[in-house]
Amino acid sequence: MTQLGKRKLEKLERLAELSAVNAADRGESLWREAFKRLRHNPIALIGAGILVLFILIALIGPFFVPYGIKDTRWITQVSARDNIIPGPSAQHWLGIDHNGRDEFSRMVVGAQNTLLVGVIATAIGLVFGCLLGGLSGAAYGLGGKRGRQLDNVLMRFVDMLLAMPGLLLAVSIVAILGPSLTTVMIAVGVVAVPTFARLLRGSMIAQSNAEYVVAATSLGVSRGKIAVGHILPNSVAPVIVQATLTLATAIIEVAGLSFLGLGNPDPSVPEWGTMLNDALQVFEFAPRLAAFPALAIIITALGFTLLGEAMREALDPKLRK
Amino acid sequence: MFRFIVRRLLQLIPTLLGLSLLLFVWLHRLPGGPETALLGERGTPETRAMVRHQLGLDQPLWVQYGRFMKRLLTGDFGNSIDTKQPVMQEFFDRFPGTVELTIAALIFAIGIGIPLGYLAARRRASWLDNLSVGGSLVAVCVPIFFLGYLVKQLFAVNLGWFPPAGRQDVTINSTHVTNFYVLDGILTGEWDAAWDAIMHLVLPGLTLASVPLAIIVRITRASVLEVLGEDYVRTARAKGLTERRIRGRHILRNAMLPVVTVLGLLTGGLLSGAVLTETVFAFTGIGLFIRQSISNLDYPVLMGFIMIIALIYVLVNLLVDISYSLIDPRVRVR
Repeated sequence: MTQLGKRKLEKLERLAELSAVNAADRGESLWREAFKRLRHNPIALIGAGILVLFILIALIGPFFVPYGIKDTRWITQVSARDNIIPGPSAQHWLGIDHNGRDEFSRMVVGAQNTLLVGVIATAIGLVFGCLLGGLSGAAYGLGGKRGRQLDNVLMRFVDMLLAMPGLLLAVSIVAILGPSLTTVMIAVGVVAVPTFARLLRGSMIAQSNAEYVVAATSLGVSRGKIAVGHILPNSVAPVIVQATLTLATAIIEVAGLSFLGLGNPDPSVPEWGTMLNDALQVFEFAPRLAAFPALAIIITALGFTLLGEAMREALDPKLRK
Repeated sequence: MFRFIVRRLLQLIPTLLGLSLLLFVWLHRLPGGPETALLGERGTPETRAMVRHQLGLDQPLWVQYGRFMKRLLTGDFGNSIDTKQPVMQEFFDRFPGTVELTIAALIFAIGIGIPLGYLAARRRASWLDNLSVGGSLVAVCVPIFFLGYLVKQLFAVNLGWFPPAGRQDVTINSTHVTNFYVLDGILTGEWDAAWDAIMHLVLPGLTLASVPLAIIVRITRASVLEVLGEDYVRTARAKGLTERRIRGRHILRNAMLPVVTVLGLLTGGLLSGAVLTETVFAFTGIGLFIRQSISNLDYPVLMGFIMIIALIYVLVNLLVDISYSLIDPRVRVR
């Protein structure tokens, strides 16, 4: 190595030393920092606690329920004429429903179905919303004039979905496809598509002016790689927050569809929304049958909402110190 | 400004075209096609063929779509299978009820929400603040129809303070001019009829207001908190202005902008919620009729109503956008 080369190397090393930061001072990733804040936020802890409890019930509960969910053998104790439906007892912790079935078993199995429907519906909205929004955002941010045209077309489609109030859009979809549990999940998912699409698009467009995008472009990284590898990971935070909040609204919307007679056509399959709607017929003399599924829906939705709001706060760059 | 409005109106065209296509597909996806929807299951092959010919269903699809569009543009949505009346007429017979309900809900939501949000922000971390923030988180998680049942059971059935169902007591013999019952009562001087209609609006209005109220409380609170820290509020205090003047002129005026934006977004939720609320309280508006046409498989009504609601919804959102740029001169419309 020449003398000059050696000196250059020395200089570089000194520079590196100067710019190097202690491990303790090094900036933490957005996610790790957000997680740290979440762990110290009581609201997040309450929300997460509720969700862990209900998810555990949904996963393990159905193996331990005392009676079958379609077992109507206690129907003899239900008297329609005198409006008698036996309440909680040692055998039936939450009593018997108006069709002579064990309410507790149905609530536990219902947890599984309800959460599953909510999660799948949200997943449908998330996947299609992110495909639409991601493509749109990438095209707008990186695609030049033709990209903007593509974005314009895709956004008009999203506008179309936004042009109908959510519940009515869901009603139309169920009416087209015919009522079933699958249809309900699709309908509630489609309602969430435009929100996810707009959110990811906006977030990606905001990111596409960032310095790291300019840097990657000048290094010759392909546009597809920049979009997927650089912009997308930096844009998903609001989408994840929204997904958590959507899980709450999905469960409530499923219940609303049941109430409109567009839920699962088979009410013997326990799902909280269906159960709640079914129990409203006997609300006046057995309000508990409606109260149990309603409380379960409210508490679960609250869990998702609390966690989502706490995440939003934790990821908000304005609040970062 | 004018260019902005024209641009937004032009943007509506593809949206509404897409919607009409969706509804057209819907009509054709019906089991047995539209002729079954009209004739029911009892049609013979001959009558079916006749109806198909009359409806032009033997024509190519694009011709059918053209005709369908032509009818839509002239406001002809066909007749209700259930009542045999034109869908348009059914809609406008019931629309005043839903408008009344929505206005009642907005009065509750704004009238309670803005003062509560303001007080919560001024007394940050007090019990009032915690209660309103906590309450607003819970309120959005309660299925609105369940809330309606609870409210109805408590205040109408058990306490008997308010009527449990309907828009007006059937025993009241009132004249209807506009079909806005409260307005009708005032116009004709039938004060008892107007009062009765108002009493019928309280419970459904409160139920429908729950979610918007929660959202308005939170937005107002957040927005007032932000404005409170602004320099101009400190300046106003330093100038020795009265607290009332600071509140009205400096804090609330500036804090209201995000609230106005949210109001537009709430319309969709209100229309969705109206379907559920009207069903619970047997309140004869468009929501209840939609619920009934779902059970009666009255597709022309469902389709027509959804199309008209979508149109109203996009127009309301356009109005909100325009009013927003009028209220805040800083918002420069592109």
